[in-house]
Parts: sequence; structure tokens; C-alpha cells
Amino acid sequence: MIFKGEVHKFGDNINTDDIIAAKYLNSQDPDYLGKHCMENIDVQFSKKVKKGDIIVAGKNFGCGSSREHAPLAIKGCGISVVIAKSFARIFYRNAINTGLPIFILEETDRIEEGDYLKVDLSQGKVFNLSKNEEYNCEPFPSFMQEIIKRGGLINWIKERRK
Amino acid sequence: MGLTLIEKILLSHTEKKKLESFIYAKVDFCFGNDVTAPLAVKIFKEAGFSSVFNPKKIAFVCDHFLPAKDIKSANNVKILKEFAQKFKVNFYDINQSGIEHVFLVEKGFIKPGSLSVGADSHTSTLGALGCAAFGVGSTDLACAMYEGRVWLKAPKVIKFIYKGKRNKWVRAKDLILYTIGKIGVDGALYKVMEFHDKMVNKLTVEERFTICNMAVEAGAKTGIFEPDEKTLKYLERFKRFKVDLRKLKSDKDAQYGDIIEIDVSKLEPQVALPYLPQNVKSVKELRNVKINQVFIGSCTNGRLSDLEDAAKILRGKKVKKGIRAILIPATPLIYKQALRKGIIKVFLEAGFVICPPNCGPCLGGHFGVLDKHEVALATTNRNFIGRMGHPESKVYLCSPPVAAASAIKGRITHPGEVL
Repeated sequence: MIFKGEVHKFGDNINTDDIIAAKYLNSQDPDYLGKHCMENIDVQFSKKVKKGDIIVAGKNFGCGSSREHAPLAIKGCGISVVIAKSFARIFYRNAINTGLPIFILEETDRIEEGDYLKVDLSQGKVFNLSKNEEYNCEPFPSFMQEIIKRGGLINWIKERRK
Repeated sequence: MGLTLIEKILLSHTEKKKLESFIYAKVDFCFGNDVTAPLAVKIFKEAGFSSVFNPKKIAFVCDHFLPAKDIKSANNVKILKEFAQKFKVNFYDINQSGIEHVFLVEKGFIKPGSLSVGADSHTSTLGALGCAAFGVGSTDLACAMYEGRVWLKAPKVIKFIYKGKRNKWVRAKDLILYTIGKIGVDGALYKVMEFHDKMVNKLTVEERFTICNMAVEAGAKTGIFEPDEKTLKYLERFKRFKVDLRKLKSDKDAQYGDIIEIDVSKLEPQVALPYLPQNVKSVKELRNVKINQVFIGSCTNGRLSDLEDAAKILRGKKVKKGIRAILIPATPLIYKQALRKGIIKVFLEAGFVICPPNCGPCLGGHFGVLDKHEVALATTNRNFIGRMGHPESKVYLCSPPVAAASAIKGRITHPGEVL
């Protein structure tokens, strides 16, 4: 799978209250959640995102609550993939389980707001088309690749049960 | 090579003889709340699952937006109630429900040595009883309800040893805030924090809950204490468990990622400044910080001992004029006990308002949301941007005695200044 999109850049420790504030947690609708994505740090965020765009962040992305509304909001506003130096544990689980593509990349400092990226999921490669650079992502352990390959935990369980 | 306690518990929940790096573990108990469980129900239905692995081992605890703050929240509780009726799973609504991580212990669901998953990040709280308790997402909960299993990565373990003698006003909250300040909000990312109490004046079981509760604020998979006689004695009032304590200890030759000793002797009460729990300072450095609101409650510090601790300071005193002071006992049982002991009267006479058991303003949902530029001091666990309301409001985190003393003075205050 290949994604192409413009970068929206964030720093370290972007938490789940940033991604989707608690006052919206009474909904499970990705479109509604998407409209309020990142609202606490950038009110205009959901309006700026074009379908397929990419979030690039520092370390510990998604720290805080277990709310699966966070990956839903990110997907809901049109983001195709999230790249960060590291992910908080429950966000990481939720992304794998729900099939939101994520990548761990040490060199996110080289990527800037507005850069245009091509992300090759299967090869684990990120091409920065604006800077003509190429980065290699940390591969997922094979157990997780199995879940990712099936598009999430539900399908993984269904196939196991067959 | 020996094993740590968490590794032993994980291994005992697989069919394997050796712990592999990824396991699909058996779950003894799983739960969610009125925010995470409706999404789990939706996922469960969309997946076409038609049965649960064991209804007695599943619970929905409504605690976030309770009593319903709006129509959507009311609908979420209804979704859970209908699912619970259909599949006969445990369901707790207002008047018989409280904050999940406190309430589920009272209901006798959590046994030392067991493995629980909860669709809430503060599930780590339960590790205080010497069990494996992991916060997960709604898809995880849906799958755990269906299969009774959860995928887990075998974690590295960091051992934390608290030693020395605590000063008069130093509480568990101060120890964990100090620890997070030392290692950072990702200092234990993916790892388990195993806590050891070698202090002169030991932690109570309720204090252990406070410490494990905030392990997640250091990025940890969970926190854990080795269970002991004190654990079993604490649990006895709710349920008598048969547990072989000798088996629930880390081996002497267990492997740790790191061992961190913390001498508490010189520690003062701590406060975490906005906007991360790692921004920790001694309360004495923050004397000039004025506040608009004080909140005592939450899964971190809403237990009876927390209320008693704050009441000692508030007795016969008044909350400073203009300060909004809110108390939320974590469960109806705690509320009743506090009422019987005269603690509620102390809070009321001091000028606190008392809300029904729920998560309250901790996550900015209900009962005490902050407006622009307002500042709160809270016994809660997170102080992220906009956590308690407006993105330009601020939250400082502290222990119950510091919160009580500060309510009286209207600024961040050392308890020693008041008592």
C-alpha cells in the first residue's frame, strides 16, 4: 500500500486530549470526531487536512487515555498515516487493532510542515519528495504484521476461528 | 533465569511453558465504561460476534458522564444496558456505580495474580493488588468479551524501590509525581513499573493504588506491587480470596531493564505544573500560584483515606471566598462511609460542594469544567492542555492534603502552613 500526502507536523507527547477532547467522547462517529481532531492545539486543523495527508510527530504520540476515539478522529479527518519517533502504548495497540497505518521513524526531525511524502507501507519506506530524501522505518514484529495484514484485530480473530 | 511477578502472571495465562515475546493471553476479567464500552459494543456488533466468553467476567461501569450530561451520554448508557441485558453481563449505572478502578475492587472482581484488561488507561491502578491489569482500547475490549483473550507483548520491567523515611506531609501522590518527574512521561514506555516499599513509614494499600494509577503517566504498560498479607486483609472486607502469596513474588534472579532507588527522606509534597505530569516541583516553590478551583476525587485520590486526609486539614476551617471547591467520593460505598464518619460534614461546613460518585471534572466532561484562563488544583492524574475544559485553562496536580490546604488559602499551599 502506498500513501501520498502533505505533512502536518507536531511535537513530542501529543496526547489523546489533544487528538480528541473528552467533551466529544459521547460520540463514536468518525466524521464528527474528525471535525474536532487536534482542536485543543490547532482549531483550524480539520479544515486544513486534505484527504490522504500525513501526520508527522515527535516521541510518545498518543499518550494519555485509552480512547479509541483518537485513531477514529485521525482517520475521520482524512489522515492516511501517522509517523512518529515513538507511540504511547495504548494508542499503538488501538492503531494496529483498528487498521490505522502508523510508522516508527527516528528521523522525523528532518521532515517539515508542508513536505510532500510518499509512504510505502509494505516496504517500510518513507520518501520525502519535497527534500528528495528517503527514510527507513522500524519494521513491526511479525505478530503485529499478521494483524496489520488482515486490516485489524477483528479480521485476525475471524480468520483464526475459521 | 528467574521471572518477575508480571512475567509469572502472564505465563500462567497462556498454554505455553515459556514466555514468548507475544502472547494471546487468557483474560480473567474485562471491563469498560460509558465512553469506551459503547464503542466496543458497536465493534462487537459490526464484527458479527453473537456470544460472550463468560458474562460473569465482563462488566460495564458507567462513571465518566454520569448522571448523563446530555442526550448522547444518556444514549451511551442505554446502549450498554441493552447489551448487558441481552448477554447477561454485569452492568452498573448511577446509584450502584462508582469510578471503575475503585468500584471493581469493592465488588470483589480483582484477585491477586489474575489478569484483567480494561478499556481505560487507568486500569493500571489495579496492579496495586498484585495482579496484571492492562489498559486497552475498545476493539481489544470487544475481542476480549468475545474470546476471553487479549494479545500482549511480554514487557521489560523496571524495579522502583522507595526507601528512607517520609516527611509528615508526603503521600503516595508525591512519590509517584516525583518518580514521573524523574523519568519523564515516556520514561517507562511499554514497560512495567514494579514498585517496592522499603520505607520506614510504609504505604497503605490505598496508597499503592495511587502509585499504580499514575504508572501510565510515565508511559508504562502497568504498575504492580507484590501482594502481601496487607493486600489480603484489605480485600477481606469485600471478598475473601484464596491466594498463595509465595508464588506471587518476583524471583531473586529475575531480570530487570533497570533498578531505580528513590530515597524519600528529603522529599517535600509535589505539584505537577501544566501541561504534563512530568513538570514536577516542590509545593514550596509554587506559593504564589493563585487558583480558581480545587477538586478532590478521581481514580487517583478519591478513596476514603484520601477524604479523611483532606478532612483533617479542613476541620473547622473555611474555603477561601471565591474559590470553587469540589469533592467527589469515588464510589457510593466511600460516600456512605465518609458520611458515617462525619467527613462529609467537614467538607460541607468548609464550603465544598459534593458531587455524586463519577470521574467528574478530571477529564473536563462534567461537574466543574474550567473556562478560559481559569486555574485548577486537582488530586487527579493529567494536566494536559484543555484537560479540564477550555484550552487556555490550567490544571496543577497534587495530593489531597495539598489540595485541602490550598482551598483554604486560595493559592497553592503546603499543608504545614494551615495545620
